[in-house]
Parts: sequence; C-alpha cells; structure tokens
Amino acid sequence: MHPAIRRVARFFGGHLDQPLLGAVTLLMITGLLVLYSASNGSLARVSSQVLNMMVALGVMWIFANTAPHYLMRLAVPVYVIGLTMLLGVAFFGQIVNGARRWLDLGVTRIQPSEIMKIAVPLMLAWYFDRYEATLRLKNYVIAAVLLVVPVFLIARQPDLGTAVLIFAGGCYVIFLAGLSWRVIAGLALAGAASLPVVWSVLHDYQRQRVLTLLDPAKDPLGAGYHTIQSTIAVGSGGIAGKGWLSGSQTHLDFIPERTTDFIFAVFSEEFGLIGNGMLLILFLLVIARAAAITANAPTLFARLLGGAITLTFFTYAFVNMGMVSGILPVVGVPLPLISYGGTSLVTICLGFGILMSIHTHKKLVQS
Amino acid sequence: MSELNITPGVELRDAERELHHFRLRLGIASTFVLVMFGLLFARFLYLQIFMHDHYHTLAEANRISILPIVPNRGIIVDRNGVVLATNYSAYTLEITPSKIESLDATIAELETLVEITARDKRRFKKLLEESKRFESLPIRTRLTDEEIARFAANRYRFPGVDVRARLFREYPQGELFSHVIGHIGRVSQKDLDRLESEERLSNYRGTDYIGKTGLEYSYEDHLHGTTGVEQVEVDSGGRAVRSLSRTSPISGSNLVLKLDARLQEVVYRAFGERRGALVAIEPATGGVLAFVSKPGFDPNLFVDGIDQENWNELNNSPDKPMVNRAMNGTYPPGSTFKPFMALAALFTGKRTPSQAISDPGYYNHGGHHFRDDKVGGHGIVDMYKSIVVSCDTYYYQLANDLGIDAISRFMGHLGFGARTGIDIAGESTGVLPSREWKMRRFKQKWYSGETISIGIGQGYNSYTPLQLAAATATLANDGVMFRPHIVNYVEDVHKRERTPIEPKPWRTLDVKREHIAIVRNALVGVNREGTGARAFAGTPYTHAGKTGTAQVIGMKAGEKYVESRVAERLRDHALFIAYAPADKPTIALAVIVENSGFGARAAAPIARQVFDYWLLGKEPAKPAKDEDDAPSH
Repeated sequence: MHPAIRRVARFFGGHLDQPLLGAVTLLMITGLLVLYSASNGSLARVSSQVLNMMVALGVMWIFANTAPHYLMRLAVPVYVIGLTMLLGVAFFGQIVNGARRWLDLGVTRIQPSEIMKIAVPLMLAWYFDRYEATLRLKNYVIAAVLLVVPVFLIARQPDLGTAVLIFAGGCYVIFLAGLSWRVIAGLALAGAASLPVVWSVLHDYQRQRVLTLLDPAKDPLGAGYHTIQSTIAVGSGGIAGKGWLSGSQTHLDFIPERTTDFIFAVFSEEFGLIGNGMLLILFLLVIARAAAITANAPTLFARLLGGAITLTFFTYAFVNMGMVSGILPVVGVPLPLISYGGTSLVTICLGFGILMSIHTHKKLVQS
Repeated sequence: MSELNITPGVELRDAERELHHFRLRLGIASTFVLVMFGLLFARFLYLQIFMHDHYHTLAEANRISILPIVPNRGIIVDRNGVVLATNYSAYTLEITPSKIESLDATIAELETLVEITARDKRRFKKLLEESKRFESLPIRTRLTDEEIARFAANRYRFPGVDVRARLFREYPQGELFSHVIGHIGRVSQKDLDRLESEERLSNYRGTDYIGKTGLEYSYEDHLHGTTGVEQVEVDSGGRAVRSLSRTSPISGSNLVLKLDARLQEVVYRAFGERRGALVAIEPATGGVLAFVSKPGFDPNLFVDGIDQENWNELNNSPDKPMVNRAMNGTYPPGSTFKPFMALAALFTGKRTPSQAISDPGYYNHGGHHFRDDKVGGHGIVDMYKSIVVSCDTYYYQLANDLGIDAISRFMGHLGFGARTGIDIAGESTGVLPSREWKMRRFKQKWYSGETISIGIGQGYNSYTPLQLAAATATLANDGVMFRPHIVNYVEDVHKRERTPIEPKPWRTLDVKREHIAIVRNALVGVNREGTGARAFAGTPYTHAGKTGTAQVIGMKAGEKYVESRVAERLRDHALFIAYAPADKPTIALAVIVENSGFGARAAAPIARQVFDYWLLGKEPAKPAKDEDDAPSH
C-alpha cells in the first residue's frame, strides 16, 4: 500500500474498532432491509435513514478520536447543562402529544432527556473515578441522588421509556462501581415493598399500559391494540418467517408504528424464529465486544462509562423486543440500530464511539 | 492522600484487586444479559413454535378488514328550496405520496394523459404540506370519461396513483352566501384532536372533509351523518375481494333555512361594489331573511383545498373579504342608536314624549361644547322631533341625565354588547361601554364627559350589524325578543322528521307597549318627513326607519367634516335601521355601508330596494344609487 493511502487509512480508521464497527454495520444493514419492507418499499424512507446512519457514524468517528480524559472534563458541565434544560422543560417546555418533553431554544427545539442518556453515566463515572481511593457508602448515596433527580424530572414529563433507560444506565454504573451486596439486597427488598407507592404516582396512561400488558384483550382497539397485533405478527412468523416483503400483518397495515418502535414485529414476522435467533446473536456480538473493551479499560472512569454504555445498549434491545413480543409494557423505546429515526441512532453510535476511544487510547494512557 | 506512604508494589496489587472486582461484577452483568436474552428467546420459541398455529390463524383472520363507508353530507336549501350547498359525485385522480418515489416525475407523466393545470399543482402542493404522506390526495377532480379511460389503459405505469369516485361539496350560489353557509375543508390535525376529545373520532373514519366556517361548521353534527361499516375480505395485497357484512351509513340531515336566496341576491346587487353588511330579520320569529357581508368570496375555492395564490389574494386584500362584517365587524351605531336612547328615557321616566328642549346647536358640558350637526340648532325639540330630524343636542342632554349606568343597563337588555346567539359560531360581542368595561379595558375610571357622545351612538359604542338588526326587530316586535337564527328546521332525511330551530321567544323586554309605540311612531316620521323621506318617497306600503352616520376619524372642535377632503377609507360609515310594514312588520333590518358618508344617502336606498322586493316582489335593475340630498344624519 502506498504510504499516503496508509496514512489516510490510519487517520480515518486508526481509532475505529473493527469488530465492533463490523457488528454495528451488520445490524444497520439488517435495519435498512426491514425498514424497506416496513415502509412498503419507500426508498425515500430508506435513503433518509441511510443519511441518519451517515451522521451517526460521523459522530461515532469524532468520539472515537476524542481521548477519554477530554470526556472527563466534559462530564460536569454537560450534566449541569442537561439538568438545567430539564428544569427548563418542566417550567417552560412545549407540550406535544400531552407530554412536556421539548425545549424551544428559539433556533431549534431539543429534547433534553436525550442528552441525559449520555450525561448521566458520564457524570456518575466521573464522580466515582474522582473519589476512587476513598469510596464509602456516602458516595453511593450522592451518586444515587445525581441519578434520581434527572430520572424523576423525565418521568414527570411524562416519558417513562427514557426515564427507565436512564435509570437502568445509572444503576449499572453504581453496581459496577462496587456497591456492596448487602445494600443491593436491602434495596431489592425495599423496592418490592414500595411497589404500591410507585403505582400510585404513575400517570393514568402509564397504569393503563401495565394493566393492558396483563390483559391486552381488555382494550383491543385502544391501548391493547399494539400488543395484540405485534404478538400476532411475531407468532405467525413461525420458524422460518413469511419471507422478506411478505408479512401480511405488516403489509395490511395492522402493525402500528411499524417503522419505528414496532419494527421488530415486522422483522419477526418476515424472518421467523431463525431470524430472531440470528438477530439476538448479532446483538450479543456487539455486547460481547463492548464488554471485552470495558473489561480491559485502563481507568475506573473508562470502565464504568464503558460498562454503562454496553449495558444500556442491551437494555434498549431487551426492552424493545420484550415489549413487541408482549412481555414488557409498551414504552417508547426504539430497537437500537434497527428502528427508523436519527436521534437514538446518534446517541447509540456516540456511545460506541466512546467505547472505541477507550480501547484505542489505552496505550497512550498507559505509556 | 495516603498514596505517599504506600509502596508501589502494594498500590499495584490494589489496582489489580480493583480490576478483579470490576471484572467479577461485569461478569455478573454479562450473565444477566445472557439470561435475559435467553428469556426473550424462550418467549420467541413459545410464540413462534408452540403458539404458531394459533397466531397463524389470527393473522389469517386479520385479512378481514373493516372499512368505513362515509355518509352523504346533508344539503342546505333556502326557504323556497333553492339549493345553497349540495354534493356531486365525480371521479378524481389521486396520488398517495408515500407510495411514490418522485412526485414531480409522476405528475409530469400524468400530464401526458390528463390535463393538470397550474392551479391543480399549486393546490396539490398545499395539500401535501397539510397532510400525512400515506393519505390519498386528489391532484385532479372532475375527470371526464375520456380521461378516465386513458388513465385506466396506462394505470400499470403508475403505482400509487388511482382514480376514485368521491362526493364533492358544491356551493352553486358562489360568493353570495360565503359568510352564511361557510365552507367545508379537509380534516386537519386540529379537527382530529377536537373530535377525539369529543369522542366523535370513530364517526369520522374515512371522512376527508369537515365544516370549517358558517353553518357548515355550526351544524356539522347534523350535516355529517353516521358513518357505516363494511367488513371485507382482503387479499394479500390488501385489496377487497368480497364483502362479508355491511351496515349502511346514515346520511346527514338537510338544513332548510329562513334565508331567502332571491332577497340575498337583491341585497348583494343593491350594494354594488361597496363594502358593508346587511342583516334582515323576520321580527315575529327571529328568522334571518338576508345575511350579507360585502365583499364575499367563492367558498368553492376551499372545498378541495385552496391554492396558495388565491389564499394570499383573499387574505391580503385591503377589502378583507374573509371578514364576516355582519357579525364580526363592529361599528359605532351613530344616530341609529337614538330610538333606543329614547326608549331608555321613557323606560326610566327621565323624559316624557312632550317634554321639549330648546336646541342652540350645541350642548355645554363642563365648558366643552358638543356640537349639533345643524349650525344654529333645531329650535324647540320634543322626543318625536328629536328622532325625525336626528337632533344631537337632545341626546347629549339625555345621556347626561340618564348617566352611563342606566344607559348600559338598558342597552344590555336590548342585546347590545352581547352575542345574539345566532346559529353561526364565532360572533363578536362588540362593546357596550360601562364603568366596569372601561376599568377592565383601560384600567381607568369613567368620566362623565364620556357619557355625552354615547347618547348619539358614538364614543366607545361599537356593535355588530347583527346586534343592531336584532334590536330593531325587537322594537318592531313590541319588545318580544328571539335569538336570530338562519336555519328554519333540520330535516332528517330518513325519518322525514323536522326539528325546528328556536321556535319560541327568547325573552320579552320589560318595557311598556305604549312607550314602544311612541318610538315606533317617530320612526315612521323619519321616513315620512325626516332624514329617510327622500329614499322612501312614493312607496305603496308603510315603513319606519332611522338613519345614522358612524365616524371613522374624530373631528377636532370647530373643525368641519368635508367628505372630499378625507381619504376614502377614513370616510364615515353610512347606517340605516328600518322595518316594514310599519304597523305589522314582516321584515326588520340594519344596513351599514362602509366609508359612504351619510346614512340617508347610501344606506337607506339599499333598505328601500330590500323592502320593495320583500313586500312588492319588485326586483331592482341596478345597484341602489346614493341619494344626493343635503347632508343630514
């Protein structure tokens, strides 16, 4: 290879982790195939998603090239800005579809909860790293407060899906940071005991979703419709599926939001159990590679952040597939790298960019 | 920090232990991931293998699709059966944007088969912006048989393009009824939200259009009908192959109006090119006989989506054709207010009919001279004369004697400054000045000087022509008030049932009959020997009226209003209220002609043409001409 080409290749590929990038790309290609079918062959939809993916990969590249210690410096300001904007939403936010999620900044509207998906684990990882040598129970309590405040604000919007994801992400950091098993057991007991309290603060529509999950038939044209139709789609797919572009549930318009949150129903109907198994394996490959990078990360900050990214990705996938197949309530969580839409794609690829950065900047830190 | 005391070896071991701990936790988390994915896989196994037959059957059953059948919208006719809004069935060429790759290329291709005008394209573009991409949107309506045949032969080239039979709304009378009938338009997101909150959304499945303004809006419930349902079996492509069951839709009810289309046309023609409004009411029922706001617009433009160019033209025109002047335009009533003031005087006992004043040509209040229009005054003026010659001084003094509280209380009873309750939504309230109103509006207390010009219908007074017409009808009906209503009855086309609207009086004014008779006698005098005499010369029927002039700009003391010196849009508005026949009125009206000067000159001749048609069946050949008599009001 010509030295110049090699240099260019190193510039663009130097900080990208090939196994992770490969698995991510495979998932994205799968996503485009399903999207083509789900959108009834709309090339416009597919090409707009390709554009989203380009942007996401660009963001991934930028973060892969950003050394972790820069991220450490960003942790506190990003968290504070994010939290301020969440408060702004609570007081001045725009109401769209009955939920107050958007903040109008004059030039553009943003959803601050999306920022918190990265900001919360970043902040917690930074916090634990800072007090690494002297970690006590007090530090875990403070970390829990740092986590619960934004989660509470987001759940109030109400945006249960995002709140659950961020809460899970924060819990992963606290768990990985070494919270003692005795406290974990105590919390588990307390959590179980406080379920009735949680029930009482849920919004009506959130309760409805939980109730509908227990018995979808109760509201077949309303809240239960999504679950009933998507379960039929998954079940009727059988072992080998009905074949690409041939899902009757999909193409007769029975599946709602079939290019976004319910795209897995389309996949499942057309590719069957075999397809589902392969998709799970693909997801596992991504998770395994991400976990390997995390396990070998040089600093506590990198380990905790990497762990949170890895496990949040898993949570996305699990919650989405669980909701489509009818074992979890319907919360607005997209299937990562597959669902149509740019926001979650960018957030996820940003996370993977950080993982790649952790991996490729390791030597620099050690030397 | 204790690091300094610890040997490097110890620290390294510590770090390694930390790492070990972390990896242990990560291992536990990974196991959790595997278990959860295992759980998912178990769920897939259950659904896709053990329950496959069950769900397979359900998916097959899903091939039965439930289709809405849109009901026919009710039609609207006038009192004589003249059709004002109807439906026609036509073939349209429709595009579903989500199924098309390049809209421009497709439209260009279609143009070789079917004529598509620039207006069609503009309209389609606007529709596209307002609709969801998977909706089927019309690019061309009213296809000819030949065009249908040509497209059918080439249909295979155009996936996502279809010919459909649709019902369209048509307003045969065009702009004549634009502000009464209103128009329908495509169901918007806002409409959907409203329907959902009212739990009527299911009845609108499959419906593309909904009433947006006028009667089409306020009688939407009656006009729309009940959507039917058809269960059909669909093939794998989603096309219906067989009908399984069918519940027929129930057509919407028809509206039969009190309005007379011919009379409306007479009014429209009488206005000519001038702007203004006229509301004519049948005093004995409150039924609206004519309801005109000039200029109007063609409601047919809105039916299948208005294009940007026409929309801008309507919206930006200085004549404001979209404003319903009859119920949203508010004007000072000018001297047409005086008969009601006289009634207030009799009601409160502040004046007797014979009590007279000597009019010097002005009224002095706190050193300020309120001028009468006639220099030198009208001499000795009693109540009759005050109305007939429209003496300002009499009413300046009266307003002062009554005070603002008594005036606003009485005028409130007559319906001024409040919605009349007409069956078209969106009516304005106007302004009935009072202490409370001024405090609310300006955070200021009322000054007694402000009461004076209230007496001659100026100052803060501001009412809709509809309110003025309703008050005139009340006077003509001896104090028995009806809510004005356009619709006579709603006719259920299936059950042949007629539901009349507002057949009973709303309330009766607490005023003595003989007091009303005194005022009515003076109004007859106005048309016989007063300011309205010229316009009503030589009529074979009896009538009563009152002229008025509403100032658009204020005049400084000592300054004289000279029409030719004032820009056209700042000239006074001409007003006239009237009813006929004088003893047993069958029609009462209020008319305003914008920027046309004195009421006697511009507005009274229009009223004359209306009465001539209503009572004699005489149709005028030309717009009403201004009377060139001496300035009086």
